[in-house]
Amino acid sequence: MAGNNPTTTEYIQHHLQNLTFGLHPERGWSIAHSADEAAEMGFWAIHLDTMGWSIALGVLFLWVFRKAAKAATTGVPTGLQNFVEMMVEFVDNSVKETFHGKSKLIAPLSLTIFCWIFLMNLMDLVPVDVLPMLAQKIGAMFGADPSHVYFKVVPTTDVNATLGMSLSVFALIIFYAIRSKGFSGFIAELTLHPFSTPNKFAQALLIPVNFLLETVTLLARPISLALRLFGNLYAGELIFILIALLGLWQLPLHFPWAVFHILIIVLQAFIFMMLTIVYLSMATEEQH
Amino acid sequence: MNLNLTLIGQAIAFAVFVWFCMRYVWPPVMQSLQERQKKIADGLDAASRANRDLELAQEQANETLRESKEQAAQILEQAHKRSNQMIEEARENARLEGERMIANARAEIDQEINRAKEELRAQVARLAIEGAERILESSIDEAKHRELVDKLATEL
Repeated sequence: MAGNNPTTTEYIQHHLQNLTFGLHPERGWSIAHSADEAAEMGFWAIHLDTMGWSIALGVLFLWVFRKAAKAATTGVPTGLQNFVEMMVEFVDNSVKETFHGKSKLIAPLSLTIFCWIFLMNLMDLVPVDVLPMLAQKIGAMFGADPSHVYFKVVPTTDVNATLGMSLSVFALIIFYAIRSKGFSGFIAELTLHPFSTPNKFAQALLIPVNFLLETVTLLARPISLALRLFGNLYAGELIFILIALLGLWQLPLHFPWAVFHILIIVLQAFIFMMLTIVYLSMATEEQH
Repeated sequence: MNLNLTLIGQAIAFAVFVWFCMRYVWPPVMQSLQERQKKIADGLDAASRANRDLELAQEQANETLRESKEQAAQILEQAHKRSNQMIEEARENARLEGERMIANARAEIDQEINRAKEELRAQVARLAIEGAERILESSIDEAKHRELVDKLATEL
């Protein structure tokens, strides 16, 4: 357990706080010692644990796949190549079924999304206390107060991580929409639907209403994409933490929740990928 | 939940990963998949072609076998015919030869008979002349009566 016999609330809060490095108004560039300090840092702060784990997992994914890609032969595939090809074909089929345009970007993008999110989600299955305690031991070696060393292992339980990805996808949505319909087409799509009329005057009146509705629809996509993933994983993590508080009872409870959570992990990665493909294909194709 | 630089960091990391995947991971895997697909398709194609070739060859072999059987039967028949013909010819030859030999023999016999007759006639003529000489006891002008006696001899 974290710190010197913390209360339940402290334990949970400790687990939900990122290791933050940022510009504190009073202490300058430093690692935040508490949640309040992290909050005071405002925007100019970075979550070292989230960044570290997500980059490490992304590099792991790319390393494994690159290794298989380099060794790829046209003969009978074995082991790793088999697995990689299975993933690639699965993603390729998903993309082909949904996205009918031609794009060199969408398939690799989907593969990256699926594998990266899956790996980040998978960190949820590591027992909740193992890596934070390890981090505290290492922090203590460098002379830090263990109770000040925060460590959140699952990057997708950080809304910054999920929003970072979904906003990138959002930028792609807008890019694809403008590329396939032109800037005027994109604006027309925002302002001339869903209410349209042949009467020019009435149409002019309807434009603000349409714009409001369509903007909400458009903005809801990246936000829902990010919050869906974040919410699922955050809740899952929270339940793991709560189970960890049960003392001896946690032993039989962890296993069923972990088994159930495997489903969520894969499903959320898949949903994020599929929705990205769907949004991008909607942006490319003519609507209405 | 404070939004901070992590968001931008994540977006950058995401972009870099996607770029790397697009540049170095996806194309080689996809290429090997497509190449393998083509290879398998070619293999299946070759197999079906070989099957067809085999069928064709079998058909041809059957055809050849049938033809050769027919030919053999034809040759056998011809040989039969030919041998029958030869036997027939030989028989005919033998018959002709026999007939010829019989004819020769007959001719020879006839000749022999004729010669014997000639001899007999000559002897008869001589005997007749001798007898007549003895009877007449006078010589007869042989030159004068020769024609007469010969005439007599031919009448014998």
